[in-house]
Amino acid sequence: MSDYSSPYISTTNACKLCKPLGACLAFRGIEGAVPFLHGSQGCATYMRRYIISHFREPMDIASSSLGEKHAVYGGEANLRQGLQNVMKKFGARLVGVATTCLTETIGDDVPMILRTFKREMAEQGTAHQDLPAIVNVATPSYSGTHMEGFHAAVRAVVEQLAECPEDAGRSAAVNLLPGFTSPADVRYLQEIMADCGIPVIVLPDISETLDGPALDDYRKIPDGGTSLAEIARMGCSRATIELGRTLFGHESAGRLLETRFQVPLHRLGVPIGLRESDRLFEVLQLLAGVETPEKHVLERGRLIDAYVDGHKYTFGKGAVIYGEEDLVIGLTSFLLEIGVKPLLCASGGKSGRLREAIEDVNDSILPELPIIREGVDFYEIAEEAESLSPDLLLGHSKGYHLARRFRIPLIRVGFPIHDRFGGQRVLHLGYRGAQELFDRIVNALLDAKQEASPVGYGYM
Amino acid sequence: MAALLEGCFNLDTDEVCEIKPEDVKQELIQKYPVKVARKRAKQIVINKVDECGQVPEIQSNVRTIPGIITQRGCTYAGCKGVVLGPTRDIVNLTHGPIGCGFYSWLTRRNQTRPNGPDDHNFMTYCFSTDMQDEEIIFGGEKKLRQAIQEAYDIFKPKAISIFSTCPVGLIGDDVHQVAREMKEKLGINVFAFSCEGYKGVSQSAGHHIANNGIFTHVVGLDDTVREGKFKLNLLGEYNIGGDAFEIERIFEECGITLVSTFSGNSTIDQFANSHTADLNLIMCHRSINYVAEMMETKFGIPWIKVNFIGAEATAKSLRKIARYFEDQELMDKVEAVIAREMPAVEKVREEVKARCQGKLAMLFVGGSRAHHYQELFAEIGMETISAGYEFAHRDDYEGRRVLPNIKVDADSRNIEELEVHPDPTRFRPRKPAGDLARLQEQGFRFKDYDGMMAEMGDGKLVIDDISQYETEKLIEIYKPAIFCAGIKEKYAVQKSGIPMKQLHSYDSGGPYAAFRGAVNFYREIDRMVNSKVWSYLKPPWEKNPELAAKYAWD
Ligand code: SF4
Ligand code: SF4
Repeated sequence: MSDYSSPYISTTNACKLCKPLGACLAFRGIEGAVPFLHGSQGCATYMRRYIISHFREPMDIASSSLGEKHAVYGGEANLRQGLQNVMKKFGARLVGVATTCLTETIGDDVPMILRTFKREMAEQGTAHQDLPAIVNVATPSYSGTHMEGFHAAVRAVVEQLAECPEDAGRSAAVNLLPGFTSPADVRYLQEIMADCGIPVIVLPDISETLDGPALDDYRKIPDGGTSLAEIARMGCSRATIELGRTLFGHESAGRLLETRFQVPLHRLGVPIGLRESDRLFEVLQLLAGVETPEKHVLERGRLIDAYVDGHKYTFGKGAVIYGEEDLVIGLTSFLLEIGVKPLLCASGGKSGRLREAIEDVNDSILPELPIIREGVDFYEIAEEAESLSPDLLLGHSKGYHLARRFRIPLIRVGFPIHDRFGGQRVLHLGYRGAQELFDRIVNALLDAKQEASPVGYGYM
Repeated sequence: MAALLEGCFNLDTDEVCEIKPEDVKQELIQKYPVKVARKRAKQIVINKVDECGQVPEIQSNVRTIPGIITQRGCTYAGCKGVVLGPTRDIVNLTHGPIGCGFYSWLTRRNQTRPNGPDDHNFMTYCFSTDMQDEEIIFGGEKKLRQAIQEAYDIFKPKAISIFSTCPVGLIGDDVHQVAREMKEKLGINVFAFSCEGYKGVSQSAGHHIANNGIFTHVVGLDDTVREGKFKLNLLGEYNIGGDAFEIERIFEECGITLVSTFSGNSTIDQFANSHTADLNLIMCHRSINYVAEMMETKFGIPWIKVNFIGAEATAKSLRKIARYFEDQELMDKVEAVIAREMPAVEKVREEVKARCQGKLAMLFVGGSRAHHYQELFAEIGMETISAGYEFAHRDDYEGRRVLPNIKVDADSRNIEELEVHPDPTRFRPRKPAGDLARLQEQGFRFKDYDGMMAEMGDGKLVIDDISQYETEKLIEIYKPAIFCAGIKEKYAVQKSGIPMKQLHSYDSGGPYAAFRGAVNFYREIDRMVNSKVWSYLKPPWEKNPELAAKYAWD
């Protein structure tokens, strides 16, 4: 069977979310931004609820609230009115407009509507600085998942806002496009860059906007996020690092910066586990022109030490990994290092790149690749997994029923996590993230062993 | 603003707040563009109950203004998520792209209790046709047919229902025709809902569509008459956090037979048989009153409004049921149950009340809870200073007496009103006309609901479809002890330093219904409003700058 042919027509318990949700998440990582969905209000409400239940943070998504009439005649008037209200009450510096299935099906020409809107606002004397930047992205969910939506939004931001004036020289800054990772991951990446002495522009930066402190006065738009000034300068940066193997060969934001502004592009996998993290640090050394700082070398050393100590617990265990493709690729790479055998790598996404990427990260460690399935749902994952007798699952909360059925531990990673606490603080990346994942995995295995033991040993 | 706030930071003392609701209203709308402000002014009302119980008019069930962040969801959410979702043995198939189905995948915490391992329970499943480009271009009926077949082959359910999302209406799929064909082919009940999200102004339209569908396709299919002397249906109870279980327990102890619940802990067979009950109880008037009305017309079952949120309200509702049946044995049983349950409630109530008395609550949620939960707060001495619904209509605010005066706008006209007639063979008056008239003369009220406002005091702010912006303002002005809404509002409110209780999903707590539920709720509110955590917001060196200065100096 090929990786993406499914014997089923319908989708039962999907392993993917819809496209505009990814776009909203990306917009949320920009300073002063309000995500805006052009469509009926239900989509915005649903997505807000979903994002909020994972991050436990406020998440505003405005909507043009289309009704039956607009579904027939088009949603232009509502889009314009909605934008005006968002500008007035939120003081947004950027409005990120994503379409939904409804407006894509109607065929609203959003770029055109926005051009007219901006022109008219200017004619009415709205001063340029009072007018927020408006970025638009087409996100019909009937083609692609939330990850395509995320990357499309990042690309749209860069395409519509990044610049580099003729006379401007290259700056010392490096663009970092991390993809959809946790706020904890973004904070850690920023720490690494600072330690290496590389000024960085992270887009998007959800480290604060989706994991903020307790306050006693609520801010309509949370602090943090990539600033518009930074985005505007991205065209002048001296390099871009873009994470995610499924993006290789794609017209991504990084590629756009490269072709339009000649910013050299370094494409890397999502740095999960030792080897993928090493690749990141290699690039950083190159860019920084200095050796990796001692602190991180030590973290690396401790990680290997842990690999050695814990190997007896992990070796020979089998795992099923599911979720977003790039996360699955990274986790697979990591499991291969610690002696856990990936049995099934599954995703609701279907970039067509999953197999190749897993082949690459396997790097001949296993003579035979795990089963790789793109575009599947949990019904199919369960069917496949049944005969594999896995010891362990890695993925988000939606796989809980599998864990329950097989009576095996689920290591919750990625998004959404709504049956455990602290999903926004799960660290996946780098040596430190690998250390945390490793500890969690070993302890979950020990826990299972202890539970199953008839004697109840206290030393494991 | 400053003037408005003066005298209001003293909420710890018993002093009544000096805030004038008129000023607050002004404050809420003054930043809006003129047109928006005019519209919102009609949806923000200062309550006043006159001697006949009349209240001012409030505009509701009108479209949300674009770009204003609303609590509301869509028609599909109301139809699939709210009304049909809690039924465990129907395969609910979402026809549309993946998101809509995914987001409505068991997120409401409706509980259910299958009768054993072989009993169907699809509530943890999410079925979707996951439409792709091809279907948008060439139509999705073929895929829908295949998906139904597949669901049937794999799960062999008793029934399959189909829910349309926004694109379906636009590409012109005839979901009802597909349902009829597949029903014929498979020999099980298959029915569809045209509940595209854009159809109504909120979830409310979806409730109505769901009511119509379930009434047309399911109610009355099974005439078996069950054993039981006092048989009733509980409508508009969705078993969040196990509420329905607690109500079921009380009914059982009273000797009341529950034929069906719409739709917490329910099965399709219960719906099919529900027309054999002798009384309909309505919990959530907004979402389900249509079914009650239609059942009365077609089968002759009277309906009454009840409320099991609040211990006192529960006792009152039980007495009302007993009075309807006019049966001494039932009345005695009801009294015995109340007498048995109340002491435990009272004990906790007194204890908690001592700590909560006089504190302010705000409730902005749903279409009935913002009213019902005021009872629970009142029981522990807390005052609801402002409240409003997310998707209710005027009758839920002002009482059913305004029904004849509600203007039917284009959005409401969109939703079909079924024409229902008495069933030629199965219509059966549940009581002789004389008995009904006598009960009514004695003050017993059938098919009536007074709405939220009649029970709220004068000067309270009633706000329909509150926006994110108004929420923030309101909190800033009143600094209530607790704010109740849904998860979308939760963290924004808490970032303002105010505890926030979810009344949609109960923050995974509950049950809060009936007697034991009341105890749970008292304890929960006590925990929240008396939490110390907010006092740690400022680090000590900010609270006492002289301390920091001292360290520096040392
Ligand atoms: S219509 Fe499309 S955008 Fe809206 S929730 Fe459904 S899948 Fe997502
Ligand atoms: S597409 Fe329509 S049906 Fe689906 S969530 Fe959005 S508004 Fe609701």
